[in-house]
Amino acid sequence: MNFIFTHPREVLTLTGEHLWLVGISTLIAVALGVPLGILLTRRPRMKAFVLGSTNVIQTIPSLALFGLLLPLPWLGARADRLAIVALALYALLPIVRNTFVGIAGVSAPVREAAEAMGLTSGQLLMKVELPLASPVILAGIRTAMVITIGVATIAAAIGAGGLGEFIFRGIAMVDNGVILAGALPAAAMALVADLCLGGVEKLLARRSQ
Amino acid sequence: MRQSTAISIEFRDVGYRITSGRLLLDAISLTVQAGETLMLLGRSGSGKTTCLKMINRLLEPTAGVVRVDGKAVAQWDVIRLRRSIGYAIQDVGLFPHYSVRENVGLIPKLEGWARARVDARVEEVLALVGLPMADFGDRYPNELSGGQRQRVGLARALAAEPPILLMDEPFGALDPITRAEVQMEFQKLQQRLKKTVVFVTHDVGEALMLGDRIGLMDSGHLRGVYTATEFWRAEDQLAQAYKRVVRAAQQRLGE
Repeated sequence: MNFIFTHPREVLTLTGEHLWLVGISTLIAVALGVPLGILLTRRPRMKAFVLGSTNVIQTIPSLALFGLLLPLPWLGARADRLAIVALALYALLPIVRNTFVGIAGVSAPVREAAEAMGLTSGQLLMKVELPLASPVILAGIRTAMVITIGVATIAAAIGAGGLGEFIFRGIAMVDNGVILAGALPAAAMALVADLCLGGVEKLLARRSQ
Repeated sequence: MRQSTAISIEFRDVGYRITSGRLLLDAISLTVQAGETLMLLGRSGSGKTTCLKMINRLLEPTAGVVRVDGKAVAQWDVIRLRRSIGYAIQDVGLFPHYSVRENVGLIPKLEGWARARVDARVEEVLALVGLPMADFGDRYPNELSGGQRQRVGLARALAAEPPILLMDEPFGALDPITRAEVQMEFQKLQQRLKKTVVFVTHDVGEALMLGDRIGLMDSGHLRGVYTATEFWRAEDQLAQAYKRVVRAAQQRLGE
């Protein structure tokens, strides 16, 4: 336990790295996942394929995914680059799925009224579907973020940094104090992210109920 | 009867066949005069709603042609067409994340009206349906009763001053007393506004009360179009059946 207090600077640095890995990969996943989820509501035939493949990615053990991506030319060149891509892939499923489910869950009369009133499909999306789906989409982002914070600890195995460094080092040294120096901040980060996004989600849900 | 002879909506041999091959509408021909209220009366599944949705192109006919203001709906820009047609349905479909004011003002706002004009219009149509802006403007749909929601739906349909109004059992989910109130208000409103209204109902009383004419529908066919008096005298089997419904209630009261 003492390790955290005797090495505050190192803990802070690795926490920062961890946050960076998680933040960038979640951003990429949102930037890809939300449009992809919207696309699925417009092209329902692609649903099985897209949700299926994002699902398959989720089932690959994280260490294996890092390993699988390693030989790829541009990706394998830098460990953090590879870690971010792998984490974004992991984060994709809950975001795509929830975006799709959230928009599909907009009630039929609301959709019919919007269409009959003469909203263009862009207006339907921006003014009705996305606002009403926002709590569900946010719940997806929240799940994705918590998963990513956990999985990002494995990224240390390929040298991408983050709090996993302590965990792997602690395991190698058989030193629980060092393991906890990685595990505790990561757990705290996951809890804080979950609470904050949960709060925003409730706020959005109240507005759109 | 109405003096106006301008045809607002015209169905010419309209058919609608769904992909499974079943024919939902067969050779419907009818005209609705400007300013007239036409009721489409029939049982569930008779094709009334399908007819209605052809007018604002929520559905496209597979045979024949539907014209609005003399122009085939397929030739209209669909957004323009829909914005010139108010639409009110039983489930209302108010936007739950918008206040009453925002719901009603949405289309005028999207049409680019100046803000002051939108506000004035919202206040005007809300007053028209008996909901003072000061009390109701900032409420959300989940803070309204069923009757109030229905009124907001009607106000929203009227907001952009469409010449045509389509209504699909708009009062069907209301309790009988509220329904009667809203029906009477609608009647008064219509006397003032003189919109062209196509109104779907399965309630013969409502059809007799609100309609200038009644189009009787049965399994995808239009069996006839009658004024209330003609309807009462019609030989048609279905019209007779509806008449018996009204008679039964009357007799029970006469006992």
